[in-house]
Amino acid sequence: MERKSFPFSFFIHACALLLAIIILAPVAWLFIMSISPAADLTAKPLVWWPQTVDFSRYGILLSSVENSAGAAFVASLVNSILVAGMATIAALALAIPAAWAVSRTPSVGWSLYMVIATYMLPPVALAVPLYFGLAHLGLLNSVFGLALVYLTILAPFTTWLMKSGFDAIPREIEAAAMMDGAGLFATLRIITLPLAAPVMATSALFAFLLAWDEFFYALLFTSDLRAKTLTVAIADLAGGRVSDYGLIATAGVLAALPPVVIGLVMQRALISGLTSGGVKG
Amino acid sequence: MSGTSMTTRAWLLMLPLLAVMIAVIGWPLADTVGLSFTDAKLVGTAGNFVGVDNYVKMLASSNFQRTLTTTTIFAVISVFAEMVLGVLAALLLNQQFYGRTVLRGLMILPWALPTVVNATLWRLIYNPEYGALNAALMQIGMLDAYRSWLGEPGTALASLIIADCWKNFPLVALIALAALQAVPRDITAASLVDGAGPFARFRFVILPYLAGPLIVALVLRTIEAFKVFDIIWVMTRGGPANSTRTLSILVYQEAFSFQRAGSGASLALIVTLLVAVLAAVYAVLVRRTAGSTS
Repeated sequence: MERKSFPFSFFIHACALLLAIIILAPVAWLFIMSISPAADLTAKPLVWWPQTVDFSRYGILLSSVENSAGAAFVASLVNSILVAGMATIAALALAIPAAWAVSRTPSVGWSLYMVIATYMLPPVALAVPLYFGLAHLGLLNSVFGLALVYLTILAPFTTWLMKSGFDAIPREIEAAAMMDGAGLFATLRIITLPLAAPVMATSALFAFLLAWDEFFYALLFTSDLRAKTLTVAIADLAGGRVSDYGLIATAGVLAALPPVVIGLVMQRALISGLTSGGVKG
Repeated sequence: MSGTSMTTRAWLLMLPLLAVMIAVIGWPLADTVGLSFTDAKLVGTAGNFVGVDNYVKMLASSNFQRTLTTTTIFAVISVFAEMVLGVLAALLLNQQFYGRTVLRGLMILPWALPTVVNATLWRLIYNPEYGALNAALMQIGMLDAYRSWLGEPGTALASLIIADCWKNFPLVALIALAALQAVPRDITAASLVDGAGPFARFRFVILPYLAGPLIVALVLRTIEAFKVFDIIWVMTRGGPANSTRTLSILVYQEAFSFQRAGSGASLALIVTLLVAVLAAVYAVLVRRTAGSTS
């Protein structure tokens, strides 16, 4: 191990402190805004830390009194959970068999690469026909329609992650089970899928986060409380004539909470998923 | 099991995925191609065949050319800054210091924050009357009067780029850090014994390990930056005076705000083609680095 001199160690600690401030300051400010009285946020000079901490906005947004700001927020929260949940389950159901097939039969792999290449497509290249198509099926402004559209993003991504997961499971284990007389589906159920469970969990989390984050399609294909998701609701708040900035910040904190918790708890799995997927391509 | 029946089985297992992909991607894409040769409107008429008129009109329009420049500036500067800051942060996080584990953990925060929340947060920070940036710069004496960071064409794009970098450089840092941790200790130790200075060590010992993962990150980030929509829509909607209007915003306006589905479709395909060319150039680059390092 290299001996570090004191000036070098001091320099490293100073840089680390700077990096910590850069990362934390904006997030901390979002939270402080959410608990500051409205008057503090419009005071000059700005009050950086509230005299009295005010958590009432969380209550306002999470209440379900009819026609209140809370009712709209709660509805969009429920819509986001429904759309992201349904799209994640559907994407995994499509991805798992396809990814396993490609992993074990590389000769059909080219079709998977075509699916993955769709990642390059800007959503605007599909938006107009999808709009007509959803309108035709009566699925505009519907959580089911939006979940269906989200498969354009989630299905290629989960298939890609699942394939690298299956590649890491030696096919000899499957062959051994089959030698012992287990059929194909018994082998998959007893051997392969349990071994692939961690990758499935990572893929599901990624898919859920992608859907939770999505904005463009949600903006185009939803119009009211029946299907509007959180991202659209927050953009409405930010772009509208809301005079209390703290309320906007509170909505942001609540929308960020699930992915931030998932990110902090699952960091190791998420990073290895990102890097292994990235390196193996 | 024989080769042909294995292949048949594989196709059967892939059938559901392929069928859905054809329905939600293949068919809409083909339909966009068809629409791009018509003067269809979003509501009402199906439109008449007009040949390549839309393409000619769009490519020649000053709006398109200006938007292409704006998009390129946004993509090049933000991705370059994210790569440099990401690698610097990774080199730092690979050193010994108190609180290293905590700081590594915190790096996931900006990545986890939803894009729309990030955009909203920075919109509040840049607020012309009550924003934290104005307040902070005033209080330390770097500013004489509050400014409208997102409201002036001179500062709007730069302000957006900062917000985008803050969200994305930590991910590059985490990817680079994972690659740094894969550099064998004895190699760095050997280079020290051989008398390599810090810059030579970075260039010849560490960079070869970083190159692969970094190029993949570069490809993905560039494609995303070129398609950027969310952060700009929430923060400026392409304004002021169209100074932050990127290609995706322009397509949205053409197809949905002005309801010109036909010319919007042609514009969308031009963007798709540009991204595809970019990806092809990168594919060559990736193959070359893969060849030189392994």
